[in-house]
Formats: sequence, structure tokens, C-alpha cells
Amino acid sequence: MKQVRPIAITGGRLVLPDGVRESVLRLEDGRIATVDAEPRQGDDIVDARGRLVAPGLVDLGVFKIDKPAFRFGGITRAALMPDQSPPLDLPSRVAYIAKSGKPDLWVHPLAAATRGLEGDALAEIALMREAGARAVATGRSWIGDSGTMLRLLQYAAMLDMVVIAHAEDAGLARGSVATAGEMATRLGLAGAPVEAEALAISRDLALVELAGARIHFRQVTTRGGLDLIRRAKARGVTVTAGVTPAHFMLSDLATAEFRSFMRLSPPLRSEEDRQAVIAAIGDGTIDVIASGHDPRGPEDKRLPFADAAPGMAGAESLLAMTLTLVRDGVIDMARAFDLLAAAPARLLGVKAGALAPEYEGDVALVDPEKPWVIDSRMMAATAGNTPFDGQPTQGRVTALYKGGVPLGL
Amino acid sequence: MCLSGRFGSTRASAQVTSPRASTASGRYPAGRLAFPHRDLTGIGRLERHEILFLLDEAEQWVELNRRRNKHHDALAGLTIINAFFENSTRTLLSFEIAGKRLGADVVNMHAAQSSVKKGETLIDTAITLNAMRADAIVIRHASSGATQLIADKVDCPVLNAGDGSHEHPTQALLDALALREALAERGDPSDDFTGLTVTICGDILHSRVARSNLLCLQALGATVRLCAPPALMPVGVQAMGAEVFHDFDAALRGADVVMMLRLQTERMEGQFIPSAREYHHLYGLTRQRLDNAAPDALVMHPGPMNRGVEIDSDVADMIDRSIITRQVEMGVAIRMACLDVLTRSARGVEGWAE
Repeated sequence: MKQVRPIAITGGRLVLPDGVRESVLRLEDGRIATVDAEPRQGDDIVDARGRLVAPGLVDLGVFKIDKPAFRFGGITRAALMPDQSPPLDLPSRVAYIAKSGKPDLWVHPLAAATRGLEGDALAEIALMREAGARAVATGRSWIGDSGTMLRLLQYAAMLDMVVIAHAEDAGLARGSVATAGEMATRLGLAGAPVEAEALAISRDLALVELAGARIHFRQVTTRGGLDLIRRAKARGVTVTAGVTPAHFMLSDLATAEFRSFMRLSPPLRSEEDRQAVIAAIGDGTIDVIASGHDPRGPEDKRLPFADAAPGMAGAESLLAMTLTLVRDGVIDMARAFDLLAAAPARLLGVKAGALAPEYEGDVALVDPEKPWVIDSRMMAATAGNTPFDGQPTQGRVTALYKGGVPLGL
Repeated sequence: MCLSGRFGSTRASAQVTSPRASTASGRYPAGRLAFPHRDLTGIGRLERHEILFLLDEAEQWVELNRRRNKHHDALAGLTIINAFFENSTRTLLSFEIAGKRLGADVVNMHAAQSSVKKGETLIDTAITLNAMRADAIVIRHASSGATQLIADKVDCPVLNAGDGSHEHPTQALLDALALREALAERGDPSDDFTGLTVTICGDILHSRVARSNLLCLQALGATVRLCAPPALMPVGVQAMGAEVFHDFDAALRGADVVMMLRLQTERMEGQFIPSAREYHHLYGLTRQRLDNAAPDALVMHPGPMNRGVEIDSDVADMIDRSIITRQVEMGVAIRMACLDVLTRSARGVEGWAE
């Protein structure tokens, strides 16, 4: 599938890096040609009818390639976590995954930092880079051995790859399924102290400075952790932080009925921490909002809370949940798409995720007001484990282009 | 309140098969309004008057259980399934006796060693039990919230016999009944525990008994102190209204009731205390320690006891102070009351239609 004829999307409001403007977007040879010129003779004209014309979302850190859900959510690129079966710790596996989504979805495999994701022996990261890996990830868990983590960061720095880390101290979090506090105590759920996150971040930041590496914490969800990131950024440490909508939409109060769809990793936090996450998105401490897409069927979720697998199917609701932050005035529209597309693309080192000349022609037409109800029974994803089940929301993708080629929705 | 007098006469005249007049009639809303719940999943869902209703209902069964003929046909023809996904001897036995004394057909399912091992999910097991048309299901499970999960999938009343570290409501109810009886016998009859200070000491973190008792005792007016080493004290339990202690002697000072809990080593991942000996040194209830509590303070333990660890034998066996065996006796009566009340709707007892 290659773009044959140039396309001009007219009548839309373009979400450009510096703001939203009514303009014409031209796509040519699979790339963005211009963002401010009139249509040319021979262009296929697409009337956006006042919708937002935005970059396709770049979802940093999904656990499953789930094309129908990604399409619904306007996701045109996804970075796949190495936590697969078998894990992405060999160049051959990485090469296979790197080709798997084309042409309508680009999958960026994340190389497993250690063999079998066991946290001990470094994997063949350079060979995996050669095979198509654009970043390294520690997987669902933290690397407990500080010596291993230091060597990993030094190695990744040499290869100029960012390390995507999970920030939860393993000793404190072991066996826990909730955040220690009143809610976990009332429910009788094993809780880990919130400090498990700050502790992990604190150590990793020290090692990052020592190694001169780049680190991205996939999810930072606590006030303490966010304060550490904020201060590290101020002193020039090359650190970025991400979060998923669960941690800015929900607090641990949502676990009250033991709903296993609320079982996440890291677990839901207190309301105070939720507010801290929102503030951190507003002030730029958080760089990336990702779906954490992890569809889980009944065999993983129709279980008591503590026995259920963690994770949420988040791809479909990622955009709508992020748009709530725009409506609440936390961020503007341009920044929303920086969080959802441009920033993750920068971390992956790909020329995508923004409406700029020469960038990949990945475009989503978005009706930001379109109302819909998130319904776990009617989802496009391979499983309906959304923590937002039943929630009315606004904002839907109405058309999607990958490399200048329209994708059926 | 003279228990034997008050209930001896009403029970003696009761017909075995006719609908019984509730011993507590008049004090509570009529019929189902007195206890408008289909299930008993936790004390946290009950109002104070609903707890008192169950306690009052149980008293007739205490009396029945002390007779030679301990049989009643209230639940004749009903099937009660005890589905225990976690090993238990005492609670299972207590529920089984309760069901049988009420004339129900009681089936015990030792799920800990059956289908669960074959990979069947909990909900599939629940649906299977439901299809067998149980009239009540009693569940014990190692995971918090498991009982509620099953209750949402079946058509009959579900009783929680302990779910993970969450709740064990019948234990809290039987503890309240045992305590109320003991106080009455001492000439201190009262409906509730207003003004009473209860110290619960032991592995609070993993204890569903502690959580249910905290909620139940507070609902009935008592002040509850919790005592444990920091690693075994759940975070934020103060927000549930408890007073938190790490020094057992301080926690005992002036307490009217001391409830000891065992260390739930089977739920511990990693080391929480250095040794049983050291634990006894700090938190073992000895005769000497008990002197810190109020004179004649009562001693309770939900069992099974680890003598010499959390409680010394001479304390556990104090005839005038320890009500540990009475707790076991009350367990059967409370479970009879719960089974009776929860099946009234299905049995078509007047005023109990849903």
C-alpha cells in the first residue's frame, strides 16, 4: 500500500506543534508535504468539515498488537513491550515483530534489556537495534540489581538508545496488588507503600547521571516520584516520564468493589497522587501519555482481584481520556498531541507524530466533541478490560491515514 | 437480661414446622426490612441495627443448641453448599452443624483439593454450584473479594466464611454474641458495647477477623485498639477508627476485653518477625501482662490457638476470664441465625419476599 496520488485535507483545523490553525494539509508520497499551502491541481481533496486534523497517535509501550483497537483509537504507531511470549530478547524476534504491522501500522519493538527479562544478564541490544529495535525496555518489572542497571544504562548510552524503565522497587512491591493505604486496608489487599516508586526512580536517576544515559520512566504515578523527575529535569538530567489515563482519571477508590479491571501495574494510587499526576501533565513534568494497552480475557480477569492479571485495554479510550485534560484546561490541544504523538516519536527517533513537512503522513481526523460511551462489551480490542467501562466520554477519530493511505475505520 | 428465662418459654412452645415468631419482633422493622440483604459478604455492609438483629435472632439457637434434642426443621428440604477453597476445620464444621441442626441438606465441597486444581476458574465453579440449585452457598477463599465475585454470579444467598484478608463476618458476629453473653452473665447486661475498650493483638495485617471485628465492635459502640509490630499493622487503619499500638502493655492498659490473633504465617511472603520466641516476648499474652488490663478483663481468641506463642496456656484456660470455648459455641448459633434469616425470602416466610 503506497500513496499514489497527493491528498489535500481541506476545511480542517490542523493541530500543529505550536497551536491549532485552520489550514490545508497536503500529503505526498506517504509524507507530509505542506501544512500551509493551497491544494494543487491533481490533488485528491478531502473535506475535513471542521474536524481536527492531527498526527496519528504514537503509543509508547503496548503489550499486544491489537490492530482493530489501535485503529479505533487513532494509533498509527505502537512501541511493543518486550514482555511477549517468548520475550523480545533476540534479534530474530525483534526483526519479525518490526515487520509484523506493516503497511497499516508501524510496530516498533522495544528490545528486552535483559535475557528473558529476568534482570540479570544483558541481552544482545546492539544486534536487536540492527534488527529494528528503537529503544530498550526493562519490561513489566524493575531491574533490582544496581550493578546490572548501571551496565545497561552505560551500554544503551553508547548505542544512543533510550532505556524505558518500570519504576517500582521490587522488594517493597513484592506480592502487592494495591497501594498501601486506607483503601487497601479496608479491602484486605496486599499493598506496597507509594515510596516504592520514588525509591526506584531515585536510584535509577543516580545511575543515569553516572552513565550519561537517557531514561524514560514509562509510568510515573506518585507525587514523590514526580517531584524527583521535576527536580532531575531542572538540573539537566536526560529523563522523561510517561503515564496512562488510568492514573489521571482514577484513584484507588475505584477498587472498592474488587473489580479486577482496576487491577493495574503500578496499582491505582490515592486521590492526592492522582491530582499530582494531573499537575505534572500540566507543568510538563510528564512528557508522554500512553495507553499501556494490555487486553486480558476472562481467563485473566474473571478472578478475584488479587488473582487477576494486571493491565487494561486502553487503546480505544486513550484519546478521549486525554481530551478531558484539554476540556479541563490542564493542557491545550497542541500539547495533548505532543503528549500522545510527538514526544513518544522523539523518544523512538522517528520522523513522525507531528504535522510538519517531511514527516510521515500519519494523520487522524478527530471530532473532539463526539459523545460516546465506553462499553467493555462492544470494544474493538481483543478483550474488553477497560477500567472506564460504562463511562460516557467525548472525542472520536473519524478517519485515519497511515503514510498517506486512508485506513478503513 | 436473663437469657434462659427469656428464651426458654418462647422456644418451648414453638412449633417445629410452623413459621416462628421472631424472638426479636417489635424491636426491628417488620419482615425483610429488618435485614434487607440477600448475602452476608461483610460487616462493612451492615448497619448497627442489622447486626443487633442477627445477634438477637441467634439467641434462640443458643438455647436450642443447649438442649438434648438440637433439631429444628426450619430449613428442611433446602440444600446448603459449603464451598471451602481454603482449608478449614473449625469454620466448616460449625457451618455444617448449623445447617444440619436446621434440617437442611448440607454438602461440603473441599474445593481446595478439587476442581480448582484442574484449572477451572472460580466463576465457573460458582456457576456449577448455582446450576445444582443450592439454596445457600457458604464460601471461604484465600483471595479478598472472592465471595462478592461469586455472589454476583449466583441466584442464591452467599455467606462469606472468610475471604483473604478482607472479612469474616460470622466470626465477628459470634464474637459479639459471646461477649454480650459473658457480660450479661457477669450482671452487666447491655444490648451493645458502649463504653467498652477492646484490644485486638496479633497479625492484624493479614487478619480478616481483625477487620470484621473492628467494624462490628465499633458499630456496637466499643473503642477498639489494635496492637501489632509495625510490619503486621496495615497502613491507614486509623482511618477506620482504630487506635494503633505497638507496645502491648500500653495497649492492654485498662482494656475490658483482650482478643488475641495468631500469626498467619501461611499468608506471609518474606520474614515479618524474627522468631516465635521473640514474638512471644513482645506480644504473648501472659498472666502477668493480663494484669495491665482492667480487673477481670475477658480474654478471647478466634482459634486455632498457638499456645505459648500469642497466648499462654494458663491464660487461655482461665475459667472465669477466657471465653474462647464460648466463642466456638456461639459460632454455631450465629451461623444458624444467618442461614435462617438469609433463606427466609426463598422459603416464603411472611414479610420476607424480595
